Amino acid sequence: MENDVKVQVRHLTKKFGDLLVLNDVSFDIMRGELLCVVGPTGCGKTTFLNTLTKIYDITSGEILVDGKPVDPKVQNISYIFQGDSTMPWLTVEQNVAFGLEIKHCPEDQKRELVEKYLNVVGLTDYRNYYPKQLSASMLQRVSIARAFATEPELLLMDEPYGQLDIDLRFKLEDELVKLWKMTGTTVLFITHNVEEAVYLSSHVMVLTNKPTTVKTILKNDLSRPRDIADPAFVEMRNEVTRLIKWW
Amino acid sequence: MKKLARHKYLLISCLSIVLILLTWYLCVDILNMVSGSAFPKLTKTISTFIKKFTTAAPDGATLTVHFFNSIKVALWGYVMGVIVGVPLGILMAWFRKFDMFARPLFDLIRPIPGIAWIPLFILMFGIGVLPKALVIFLGVLIPSTVNAYTGIKQTSDVHLWVGDVFGASNAQKLFKIAIPTATPMIFTGLRVAMGSAWSALVAAELLASSSGLGYLIQIGRSISRSDLVLVGMICIGVTGALLDELLHLVEIRVAKGMNAK
Repeated sequence: MENDVKVQVRHLTKKFGDLLVLNDVSFDIMRGELLCVVGPTGCGKTTFLNTLTKIYDITSGEILVDGKPVDPKVQNISYIFQGDSTMPWLTVEQNVAFGLEIKHCPEDQKRELVEKYLNVVGLTDYRNYYPKQLSASMLQRVSIARAFATEPELLLMDEPYGQLDIDLRFKLEDELVKLWKMTGTTVLFITHNVEEAVYLSSHVMVLTNKPTTVKTILKNDLSRPRDIADPAFVEMRNEVTRLIKWW
Repeated sequence: MKKLARHKYLLISCLSIVLILLTWYLCVDILNMVSGSAFPKLTKTISTFIKKFTTAAPDGATLTVHFFNSIKVALWGYVMGVIVGVPLGILMAWFRKFDMFARPLFDLIRPIPGIAWIPLFILMFGIGVLPKALVIFLGVLIPSTVNAYTGIKQTSDVHLWVGDVFGASNAQKLFKIAIPTATPMIFTGLRVAMGSAWSALVAAELLASSSGLGYLIQIGRSISRSDLVLVGMICIGVTGALLDELLHLVEIRVAKGMNAK
């Protein structure tokens, strides 16, 4: 069973000066899980993700990936940020290849992977466009393709669809589920949207208000494709909403 | 349709030049509002401009010789200034310790105008190519360094995080993220530096030279030939504008994504 644990978080604490943001957080993420993290606004969800990637140093505790301390130089991690994070000086194709370039991926393999993921996100025809020439949704799709192109063992997503309209969000959510199933990667998806969490997740982690701890982790067994009007879906959504409420 | 619109805009741009030439012709050539020694007639200036291509008198060299002497010095100083200035700005912005080391010296040199160095350089090196190139070098060094520094500092945290998460090394982050971010700003610096190079050149040639466009202007003034002064000035203006346009074209090619529409 221990072998199936992908990420182990042990007594993770993060302080900014005197402000305690994460307070002794411990949990495991199993291999191949799509874990959605929800919590009250401002509870430190992004901080939590940023400590996982070492963007922020942790105050105390440890984060292990496959039993070893987390290190993006060693482990294959991808991160899809909240806003646009594409490089404006690179074309769509070059953006998708960015992570592979950093990792010194052989040229033919790189070409193959870029082709595959450009196709998955439907941007093959836009490969030579620059980010300035794309819409917000296309930009987010470039980020998604870039993150998946490295075929990460751990994919972190920080409210990636927060600024998109509802139709597009549904489309990209379906795309994510498709990619997750196809690659079997472990995904940690942060969102403030309960419906989105229930729609996507295999597990839902509910965080408390600051100083943040893990309130509970729920298993989400709803069958796919999921229907947001299905009574079981509504029940699960209400349950998560009730858990988030802190007032 | 697009081509037609482009021609229309080109026409508007040319209009200001035509207008100033017409005003010049009307005020000086037709109405004689100023004396010929104070400000030359347009027709006289044009004829001097054409004649100077083949005549060395009264300043000892043809316009082509003056032009190439000036551009040679300017490019020497410019290229050296850019080669030193841009990497200096990048290193200062990227490496904190290097910034701490180089900044006091840079801040000390920065407020000294290029012209202030001329007397020292004349004393040290005479009136050859070297002192002028050095004055231009300093004039170019400052804007190149400042703009490269500012450009690198504009690198977005999110882009650096993307690099971090993919496991990028410090060098990869510098070359694949920070320098591409800074490219438009570096080019702005190169264009500002081109302007500085020309002003420094003319200043140096006015004070200490035996040829060049600044020298031509200086001789024109000393023998009251305002047409020669204007010919020198126009040459400097046109060359400066053309070099600026050339840099702009290079920038469009290099920083393609940043200028994409």
